[in-house]
This record gives sequence, C-alpha cells and structure tokens, in this order.
Amino acid sequence: MEAISDNWDLYFRSFGYTLALFLIASVLSMFFGTVLCALRVGPVKIMRAAATTYVTVVRNTPLVIVFAFFTFASPMFGLTFNFLDVHIGQFDFTEAFGAAVVSLTLYTSTFVCEALRSGINSVPLGQAEAARAVGLTFGGTMTQVVLPQAIRASVPPLASVQIAMLKNTSVAAAFGILEAVAQMRRFTNNFSSQRTEIFIFFAVGYILLVLLLSFAASRLEKRWQVA
Amino acid sequence: MRLRKAFAATAVSLIAATGLVACGDAGNDDKEGVDVEAKSDCDDKFAEGSRMAELSEAGKINVGHKDDQPGLGFEGATDDRPSGFDIEVAKLLIADLCIDPESDNVNWEVTISDNREPFLEQGKVDLVLASYSITDERRLKVGQAGPYMVTGQQLLVKADSDVESIDDLKGKEVCSVTGSTSIERIDEKGAKGVGFDSYSECVAKVLDGTVEGMSTDGTILAGFAAENEGQLKVVGDTFSTENIGVGYSKDKPEMCEWINEVLTASFADGGWAKAFEITLGPSGVEVPDPPALDPCA
Repeated sequence: MEAISDNWDLYFRSFGYTLALFLIASVLSMFFGTVLCALRVGPVKIMRAAATTYVTVVRNTPLVIVFAFFTFASPMFGLTFNFLDVHIGQFDFTEAFGAAVVSLTLYTSTFVCEALRSGINSVPLGQAEAARAVGLTFGGTMTQVVLPQAIRASVPPLASVQIAMLKNTSVAAAFGILEAVAQMRRFTNNFSSQRTEIFIFFAVGYILLVLLLSFAASRLEKRWQVA
Repeated sequence: MRLRKAFAATAVSLIAATGLVACGDAGNDDKEGVDVEAKSDCDDKFAEGSRMAELSEAGKINVGHKDDQPGLGFEGATDDRPSGFDIEVAKLLIADLCIDPESDNVNWEVTISDNREPFLEQGKVDLVLASYSITDERRLKVGQAGPYMVTGQQLLVKADSDVESIDDLKGKEVCSVTGSTSIERIDEKGAKGVGFDSYSECVAKVLDGTVEGMSTDGTILAGFAAENEGQLKVVGDTFSTENIGVGYSKDKPEMCEWINEVLTASFADGGWAKAFEITLGPSGVEVPDPPALDPCA
C-alpha cells in the first residue's frame, strides 16, 4: 500500500501522460479518420483505392509494430522526432512522445474511418436519392441529409474505438514513455511485496478513465437522439 | 482484385516486421562456456527431504535467466542454450546436484526483471540467475543468496560523444529498461530515465542518436561496447553498487547454505574466476576478487 500512498505524485503524473497521449491522439485520429473516410466513400476512384489500401495495411498491422517502426526503423532513414522538445510543468514531451502520438494516430484513424463508414452505410440509399430528387447538390445531400444521420449512428462504434485507444496507450510503456503501465512496472520492481495492491490501483485508474469516456459518449448519444 | 491487394499489403508489412526482428539479433558465435562436469556423489550428500535432494533425485531443474545481456545472460535467436556469466554460475550449481548442465534435463527459462519473484513464488523456476540485484524489498518475497558478483552502474554513450559521466547529463534523457533498478538510479542522479523493453533496444536508441546515453551494470555495457566497437564507449565511474545474487524460493531456506557452499568452493578452486574470464573477459573487464557472501538467515 505504501508503494502508492507515498507516491501519489508519480501515480497521477503517469496517468497524466496516459491522458495526454490519449487526448492528442484522439483529436488527431478523429480528424485523419474523417478525411480517410471521405476519401473512401468519395467519388474519385484513385483516392478511394489509396484510402482502402492504407486502411487495409495499417489496420492489419499490430500496434507494437507501428510503434517499433517509428521508434527503431524510421530513425535509420532519418525520420526522427528530435525537434519535439516541449516541457510543461513536470511533463516532458520529447521524441518518444512524438513517435507514440504519430503511431497511435495513424493506427486509430483507420478504425475511426471504418466506424464512420459503417455509419454512412447505415443510411438507406433512398435518403440520398430522395435528397437528389428534391434538387440538393452532392455537397448538400451529404451535409444536410446523409452525414447528420451517419454521425449519430457512428457514436457507439466511435466510442469503442476511442476506449480501445485509451488502453492502447499502454503500448507506449515499452517505448520510452513513463505512462501508467511503465510507472506500474517501476512500482512492482521497487515494491515487489505489494504487487497485488499496485495492480489493483492501476486497474482502477484505467477503469475510471474508461467510465468517464463511456459516460461522455452516452450523453452525446442521448443529446443527438432524434425524437 | 481487392483480395490480391490485401495480400500484397500484408506481405509488405511482414517483410518490414522481419527486418525489425533481424536487427535485434546480435549474433553470438565464439562465446562457448566452460565444460562443467556433473558431480556423481549425490547419494548421501543432501539432507533427506531438502529441496536439493529432491532436485538431485528428480534429475531435472528449472533455471531462470536473462536472454538480452551479452556476457551475463544472453540467448541469440539461433542459440540452443543461453550463455554468459550468470549461466556459468548456474552450471556450477546444477553440476553440484549431479545433473549434467549441458543436458536437456535443465530447463532454461527466460525471465524478465518483472517476473523473477512471481516465477520463484509459483515454483516455475528453482533458481534465478538473471543479473538479480539483492535488495531488502526482494528478500521479503524470495530468498537471495550470494552475491556472486558485485557490479555498479555506468554510462554507455556514442564513441564520439563529449559526455564524461552521468553528471554531464542532468535533465537529459538516459535510456534503460522499464521497471529495472537502473532506471531509478538514473533519476536519482538528476537525468531522466527513459524506459524501453530490453537493453538492445536502448543500444539502438543510443546508436541512432535519439537518446544521449544508456545506463545499467557496467559489465552489461562492456558487452555492448565490445559488440559495437568504435561506435559506443563506456564512460565514467560506477555510481551505484549492485550485489548480484542467486534467487531461490523462500519456502526452501535450506538452499541458501548450499548455494553459498557451492559458490565458496568455486571461489577457492578457480571455477568462478574461469567463468568470469571466459564470459566477461573478452569485453575487457578484469577478473576481480570474489565478493564476500552474505550469511544465510
């Protein structure tokens, strides 16, 4: 018990890194995921093929390999994140953090893309046809008719994707970031007689974060519910 | 058509993945160990009911070791057995139980820093020789006999680096293994410990210049410096003392005396010095005087 109770600062700081990774990668992956999805359902054939290939390749690659690529392989041909050197309070955002954010973003955006696409596919084709029939343009059909329905249908799978990403940040523990799992391993090494308590405390930390996230998602779902 | 595209994509990522794995293979040719002959006087050597008698009777033993520390405990992707100083000491202990250390009756189990205590507690391994630092906290959970080696932490940097000791790296990032004792010492020295999964990954990060240096036991660093001659160098004095001991289960306290006896005998007959010479000698580490053993509780 002392392992954690004497070291609350380390405990919270490690979850701070987890949250920072999650928040940044979450925003970026939503953005890139939407762009990817637009390309995948769009009318331009070559864009569609490119987006499909990207999703197939990245989604089928284990996250650890994506991390390993940006940590060990890309520096060999000169792609590093050494320019990143931001220090805010007790937090250091350096190259390892950059590599982690990029890995998580590239990986998660494929899942975001597919969640959005499932939402778009859930809108019956007749809706788009009816919109065109009453004289809306392609842009108007998408923004006024298809997307509002598609986004509502996408909220539950998108929440799942983001929850999975929150837990995926733990992969960064093996790639130079002192986030929750890395801190947990330091605790279990230093306080090997308190293993069980340490595991429980870190599990609870993750559960709380995920609960918060699913609560936000369900509020959003309710708020956007139509009638 | 779409299926074929998916195939091609998978093939590309697979090739990339194997390339990454290959980087981790450090090669390990000329590091054959000492031939240790199994003893044959075990009939009445151990007290009835002791763990040593049980192991000797069964003729089988499980030993936990590291696989990523050249010179101490290392097992390359193509090796049948691990090699290194930890392994040589383990062989002395195994031979004393009248088990042939080269035979398949010895199960070499890879342990990482984090699972050594659980493996001992669960009885998955009978002995742990995995650069296992003796600490009071660990002795609450498991038994630790020895030390059979005393080392200290040093710093490994690029050969062309101006860094002379850990004090030059205050506030800078220094690599070590996540959840190891070394990373705590780095923080204590004012540098920032960055944790990876294995020492070879840290070496890669030092070589590509994304971290300034890495730090752990000097003997391990010497092994990496020897492997990457001209690219890496060990600098500075040791800034910590690690007593490396043999882990055993706390339920079998009788093993402590036995381990100490075998170690004492090997100190006296030169077996220990020979093991040190053959494993750590090539990295340029001088054979030290044998350490003083802790008395068994």
